[in-house]
Amino acid sequence: MSHQIRRDHSRFRNIVKGMIKQNLKKYITHGEMIGRKGKDLVTIPVPQIEIPRFRYGDKEQGGVGQGEGDAGDPVGGGDPQDGDQPGQGEAGNQGGEHELEVEVNLEELAELLGEELQLPKIEPRGHKTLKSKVDKYTSIASQGPNSLRHFKRTFKETLKRQIATGLYDPNKPILVPIKKDFRYRSWKSEVKNENSAVIIYMMDVSGSMGDEQKEIVRTESFWINTWLRSQYQGLETRYIIHDATAREVDEDTFYRTRESGGTLISSAYKLCEEIIANDYPPSDWNIYPFHFSDGDNWSGEDTKICLDLLENSLLKKVNAFCYGQVESRYGSGQFYKDLNETFGKEHEQVFLSRIENKEGILQSIKDFLGKGK
Amino acid sequence: MSYGFDSTDLTPDLKKLREEIEGYARGYGLDFFDTIFEMIDHDQMNAFAAYGGFPIRYPHWRFGMDFDQLSKGYEYGLQKIYEMVINTNPSYAYLMKSNMMVDQKTVMAHVYGHVDFFKNNYWFSKTNRKMLDTMANHAVRIRNLMDKYGVDRVEQFIDWVLAIENLIDPFLPFQNPKREEKASDEDKPASDVGRLKNERSYMEKYINPPEFLAEQRKKLADQQKQDKKNPAEPQKDVLLFLLENSPLEEWEHDVLAMLRDEAYYFAPQAQTKIMNEGWASYWHSKIMTEKALKASEIIDFCDHHAGTLATQPGRINPYKIGIELFRDIEDRWNRGAFGKEYDECDNLREKASWDKKLGLGRQKIFEVRKVCNDVTFIDQYMTPEFMDRMQMYNYAFNRRTNQYEIVDRDFAKTKEKLLFSLTNRGQPFIYVVDGNDNNRGELRLQHKHMGMDLDVKWTRETMRSIAAIWRRTVNLETENEGQKKVYTYSPSEDHVSEGEFSEKFI
Repeated sequence: MSHQIRRDHSRFRNIVKGMIKQNLKKYITHGEMIGRKGKDLVTIPVPQIEIPRFRYGDKEQGGVGQGEGDAGDPVGGGDPQDGDQPGQGEAGNQGGEHELEVEVNLEELAELLGEELQLPKIEPRGHKTLKSKVDKYTSIASQGPNSLRHFKRTFKETLKRQIATGLYDPNKPILVPIKKDFRYRSWKSEVKNENSAVIIYMMDVSGSMGDEQKEIVRTESFWINTWLRSQYQGLETRYIIHDATAREVDEDTFYRTRESGGTLISSAYKLCEEIIANDYPPSDWNIYPFHFSDGDNWSGEDTKICLDLLENSLLKKVNAFCYGQVESRYGSGQFYKDLNETFGKEHEQVFLSRIENKEGILQSIKDFLGKGK
Repeated sequence: MSYGFDSTDLTPDLKKLREEIEGYARGYGLDFFDTIFEMIDHDQMNAFAAYGGFPIRYPHWRFGMDFDQLSKGYEYGLQKIYEMVINTNPSYAYLMKSNMMVDQKTVMAHVYGHVDFFKNNYWFSKTNRKMLDTMANHAVRIRNLMDKYGVDRVEQFIDWVLAIENLIDPFLPFQNPKREEKASDEDKPASDVGRLKNERSYMEKYINPPEFLAEQRKKLADQQKQDKKNPAEPQKDVLLFLLENSPLEEWEHDVLAMLRDEAYYFAPQAQTKIMNEGWASYWHSKIMTEKALKASEIIDFCDHHAGTLATQPGRINPYKIGIELFRDIEDRWNRGAFGKEYDECDNLREKASWDKKLGLGRQKIFEVRKVCNDVTFIDQYMTPEFMDRMQMYNYAFNRRTNQYEIVDRDFAKTKEKLLFSLTNRGQPFIYVVDGNDNNRGELRLQHKHMGMDLDVKWTRETMRSIAAIWRRTVNLETENEGQKKVYTYSPSEDHVSEGEFSEKFI
């Protein structure tokens, strides 16, 4: 239904998001409804904009109620004055564990992230985001030229209507279409992405990476995914975990695995190189390897191999190489220093970031994506 | 006809049902406009509800806001609109496609109750029954204005007007047209002003020196000029005053006039919320339980009926109070439990079993639905026994415990509080007292203080909107914590950015 209410609705949403009509910002209240989604309780944000009115002070007005209770008993059910405006004010920070917020979709989230961190739009290398648009007559519309009339669908509509309104007689099956029964073939534009992007996440899962570190990696990679997805149609992700050896895993395993043992970072880089060589020809793909580790490598020897791999092979193929070092109590942080010595802070393609704790995530994302590579 | 409904016709089952219910309703003596039922889905239902029941309104974000809330409530199964009907002739009512048959029945019965009320209640007698067209026209005109002057500019003006949309006088349509200037027969001839009685004409020059008389005449003229204050007496319809006296551009004038019309259209619905819902619920209950219900539908009907009448702490459910009060009136008039003799009876037992078998109940409730509004309905017919049965109490905010607490169940106090919340829709009384305040063209408003102070923050914001329309300083007399005060809002140069707000004691 393309009702004008959509327009009013999107205008309202834009005011709430602060995109237009800043002068109304101070009238916005952030109410919420508590709903249920399967087993979970969810908080549904219900922002409201209050139009100023002459009114009595909040606490001035009592009222009349119905029910049990003696003089002096509190009137249940929260603030009784807010009849029409569910739970404005007080709530908001009561986020229990079982409640999850819904509403913002990922697109909007990416947009918010982009605005908040002032991330530049990514400029793809070469012609890698060429889109081709094909119109295909695969859909049906209720309006159109007669030359595109879809007989079968039209009669189906007629049949449906006549049955519903009782005009249909199976013994005398006459179908008379009226105007609103007519259906027409209509086109859909399909956008085909000739080229696309892939993120290859690598994570050190050696004994020194604790749950807290993994939580940080998970959060950060979620946001990176969200952002890159908004920039590239059809983003692919691959996951590699490594300790002394590396292997490719699915997303779930990536976040859950905890192994112990030593750390050979080169093993991951080698696997990454292999994946790229096999599946993602650099001429067609925008490639983003991300590596998260606590910065402990087994030996200087191995570090040398890593640097060598990066310089001579990986960097020639990828858009950007990002290394995020999650600080941990056990890690020495040596690998960051090594990379820093070799590539420096201002390298075109290598982005380094140290993430001290959860609060550091935002800055780190900015470190990685702030250059628009 | 085409009002933008994208609905389907009633199915044969529903058509039959409608005829059946309509028959029952007429059989009980309900008298309604033709009622057209439209089948719509939840999305349309929410959209129309956001538009106050109308399929087309002018573009404004607040409709989007209401839609946002209704849709979310529906999607998460928290709320659902069963029924909606608009006061027009013919009346339009909406049935939700996904509702059960028994719900559709109940809704139809309920709707006929509403339409009977719209048609016969005195307070609706002045409403525009062609409002569907009017609303659509307003939408077109405002959209044209937006094309011409820009969405932001027009919307901004609408925002300002909405801040004072409630400052109308719902009784105005019922008043006689304003009387013209009083005949001047009371005025003395101008030459007589200040003249002393003098029987000796030769003394005239000394007793009434001509210069003095001239001076007196001038004074009088000045006085009369000043007496021609605008408005002559405090005016409750602030919108009208602004419409007639603000330096508005033509399009602004147009918008203001349209919004005022719409505000007046909706006013009686706010004035009769309890009665209207009570009356409709009374009839759906009656029609369903006495006539229309099938045995298999009873549980669902009871469930939904009970849901409608459920009360929550700290709130009055208009459906509940309304239906119960109508039933109480019917019962009392059936038993003859009214009038001097009954009132003066001290014997509670006798009173409880009072029955003169008058059987006037039905007749009485039809009369009540004709002449009353919520205030008179409650004031005249709510008895201590009724209040007791309804377990009503009054509550207030306790600053010490920082919560709302039950004060007591005293009849007089509770009733007074309820009536207060219904009078002027529980909103402050604001009057225009002078359109040329301080002789500088400022607007002077007066808040009639009735024991409760205005919220200063919102007062300031509202005055800001008024000042933007008036384009000059606005003053508001009120009382705050026992002190008489004047709030003053002076708009900035461009009327849009923040102006100056101040207050002083008087």
